[in-house]
Amino acid sequence: MTQVTSSMTPQAYLKSLSRWRAAEIVFWLATLLPFFLFPSYLSLASQIALAALFALSLDIILGYAGVVSLGHAAFFGVGAYAAGIFSKMVWGEPLTGLLFGATLAGLLGYASSFIIARFRHLTLIMITLGLGLLAHEVANRAHWLTGGSDGLQGIEIWPVFGLFKFDLYGTTAYGYSLALLFIFFLASRRLLNSPFGLALRGIRENWVRMPAIGAERQAHIRKAYTIAAFMAGVAGAALAQTTESVSLESIGFQRSADVLVMLVLGGAGRLYGGLVGATIFMVARDQFSGIAPQYWYFWIGVLLVTVVMVLPNGILGGLSKLTARWRKP
Amino acid sequence: MTAVALSTRGLSKSFGSLPVARDINLELPVGARYALIGPNGAGKTTLINLVTGMLAPNAGQIFLGSEDITALEPQERVKRGLARTFQINTLFPGLNPLEAVTLAVCERRGIADRFWQNIAVHNEAIEEAYEILSKLRLGDVAYQPTRELPYGRQRLLEIALALATKPRVLLLDEPAAGVPQEESGDIFEVVAGLSNDLTLLFIEHDMHVVFRFASHIIVLVGGAVFTAGSPAEIAADPGVREVYLGTRKHG
Repeated sequence: MTQVTSSMTPQAYLKSLSRWRAAEIVFWLATLLPFFLFPSYLSLASQIALAALFALSLDIILGYAGVVSLGHAAFFGVGAYAAGIFSKMVWGEPLTGLLFGATLAGLLGYASSFIIARFRHLTLIMITLGLGLLAHEVANRAHWLTGGSDGLQGIEIWPVFGLFKFDLYGTTAYGYSLALLFIFFLASRRLLNSPFGLALRGIRENWVRMPAIGAERQAHIRKAYTIAAFMAGVAGAALAQTTESVSLESIGFQRSADVLVMLVLGGAGRLYGGLVGATIFMVARDQFSGIAPQYWYFWIGVLLVTVVMVLPNGILGGLSKLTARWRKP
Repeated sequence: MTAVALSTRGLSKSFGSLPVARDINLELPVGARYALIGPNGAGKTTLINLVTGMLAPNAGQIFLGSEDITALEPQERVKRGLARTFQINTLFPGLNPLEAVTLAVCERRGIADRFWQNIAVHNEAIEEAYEILSKLRLGDVAYQPTRELPYGRQRLLEIALALATKPRVLLLDEPAAGVPQEESGDIFEVVAGLSNDLTLLFIEHDMHVVFRFASHIIVLVGGAVFTAGSPAEIAADPGVREVYLGTRKHG
């Protein structure tokens, strides 16, 4: 943490808020450890990175703008299916496929944002839930295109840049996923430290005041929602490419609920909350399902209830409270 | 004759069968300091809500300068120079004053949708925000979260946020509401120190404050303009005394 002193100029103060902290650098260096320490878990590490990217996209709308969504998997799923189908119908080049999937998800996000931006609270939760269910049933019904409940099979992805072949060990997969996570993390970090990021926090902090300071709050939400949908599409597309399959589950309600749980566990509105939450959730799922494959959600439930009761701002919220207390003698 | 900054014509509104604004005709000259007074439930805040677009009138028109703004959204009115404050703090609790006022400045400058730039590059906007805070004696708490500020400071931040929109007309809804009497003078000193080009309308219950700071007074009773005039005229009006002592029946 940078020390805030009243002698700082306002410009220097605002600049200090976006400065890289030592803990952040340690965090990103640690993401390289799986290559050396857990080479047999790189496929899992890749899925964690993509879950983290998905949770980060939700954080932009939920954590920062306060827009709750129970249907965010719609964009993840559209990205996944679009990238998968693109590889079968056009070619297997990964980056164009990724861009195609994410763009389609972004367009869908933009279209639905006109409804989303008008509503708040329970109505909004129900609308996002409804739109999510709708997307799921469309994917289920369009068996000829998506494979329906059998899933989309036969995806073949070419090597990244023509050099890095997606191998069985997941080395390329994790490298690819981690690179995407890092790029979109940097973009999100910039966005949240921008005037637009401040406007989103304004919407979260006081919806009523925003128009009274001349803000087009609905336009802000539409933009944030479109960006979040695009990012969710990137995560979905990359999962389709790295696993070379898309299941119906990737666009389902469970996926929307899981990403919300990840974000809340880690701490919403904290940039790293989704990343930490996704790691804990995915590792816990891996471990618990090893113990009792049928009942592992029981333990996720226990974890969720405990965390929100004890740490209302998630694990990161609790940590920052702890360090603040530790710093103040 | 001076130019008119804000005017209404036949402004009316009812909630169901209850009329809350009846045929209100106002005309505020540029630079005027108007006080809007009246008993509880007279429709003072409703009038501000109507003028700023937070409520839609059933009939009548609102003009900012010569432009008819009746159909405009609240934020569009703000962009044209009509700002307000709230009787109950309507702030951004998790932002600090610098962030909140910088946000309002960015909105006015049309740069609040720039998601690709770090806010720190907008030196002028930050500078402007800090100047407003300093002018309102909030410079020393600029980096403290709003929710941790003393109540009186939060009332000043209400005004700072409105000023950041660079209004031509500012509507203050009980700027010193809830502030102990000995401190409310401080808030009105700040109000009195605002630019002379700014047209002000404020709601206030404390008659000492009203007579000290207003150049004109409008008395609202039961959603209608009961009378209007200079402080001396209002002070001498026996009808106004009756209204305030409650001997006359009103809505």
